Amino acid sequence: MSPMSPLVFGITLVLCITMIGAALMAIRAKRLPVAILAAGLVSLVASILFLVLAAPDVAMTEAAIGSGLTTFLFFFVLARIRGAGHGGANIDADNEADNKADSHD
Amino acid sequence: MESLLAFIGGVLLVAGAAFLLLGGLGLVRMPDVFNRIQAGTKATTLGTLLSLAGIACLQPAWALKLALIGLFILFTNPLSSHVLARAAHRGGAEKSPLTGVDRLADDRRGDQA
Amino acid sequence: MVEFLIYLAAALTGLALLLALYRFVKGPSTADRVIAFDVLTIIGITAIALLALLEGRGIYLDVALVYALLSFLGVIVVARYLERGL
Repeated sequence: MSPMSPLVFGITLVLCITMIGAALMAIRAKRLPVAILAAGLVSLVASILFLVLAAPDVAMTEAAIGSGLTTFLFFFVLARIRGAGHGGANIDADNEADNKADSHD
Repeated sequence: MESLLAFIGGVLLVAGAAFLLLGGLGLVRMPDVFNRIQAGTKATTLGTLLSLAGIACLQPAWALKLALIGLFILFTNPLSSHVLARAAHRGGAEKSPLTGVDRLADDRRGDQA
Repeated sequence: MVEFLIYLAAALTGLALLLALYRFVKGPSTADRVIAFDVLTIIGITAIALLALLEGRGIYLDVALVYALLSFLGVIVVARYLERGL
């Protein structure tokens, strides 16, 4: 195993800090869109870390599936179920003023 | 000659990274969503293009692929920032108190009246 | 000399990443976080290109190409969601 150059080590360190912050945020976020975005960010950093580990094919898959498709799919589903349930009040806490203008569901 | 090209590439790389840093700084310091879109998109687009140009100077064999990436970013980034600004305006994002003119809201009211 | 410039560029890019991450964590509304996510993706493209330069492997640039396409699609989807259309 070849020793890591200090520059690559620094990049890895920053990426790991970013990844841990995003992962904590994905768990603790109160609003669903924010949690989905944070999960996408974890995926993005994970794919760059795969590149650091010299695995470009895995990184490309992670980019297309993890960061792309999963995030889109979550948002599509979120838009589908919006307004359908009674308990999902927190989904749209961001646009509360807008919600009040519309009728409540 | 060879080292001159490499030096130009390094300077372009640092200039691009500096623009990325300025974009990040604007993202932190700007007061509302629309200002952040301005700072976050324009500065980072220029920064990425400069960085890619610098890498193309350092590794001339990759120039074609780097140009393709730069072209994609040049096309898609302004478009996505525009779509995002429109969505934020429709979603009722709050504006900074310093904002004086909002032509889009004026247009909306004109349509409804 | 060139080596030092590359180090400097990597340091500045890492700093920009941390600043955008601050806005992503702090950002009061979802739109702020979408902007921060977009900026983080673009900084990620630069980081991938830098990594390709450091390791000397051109195949890494394909991942950057995928991200250049995906960031656009992602922002469009989220913007449609925020606009309550989709």
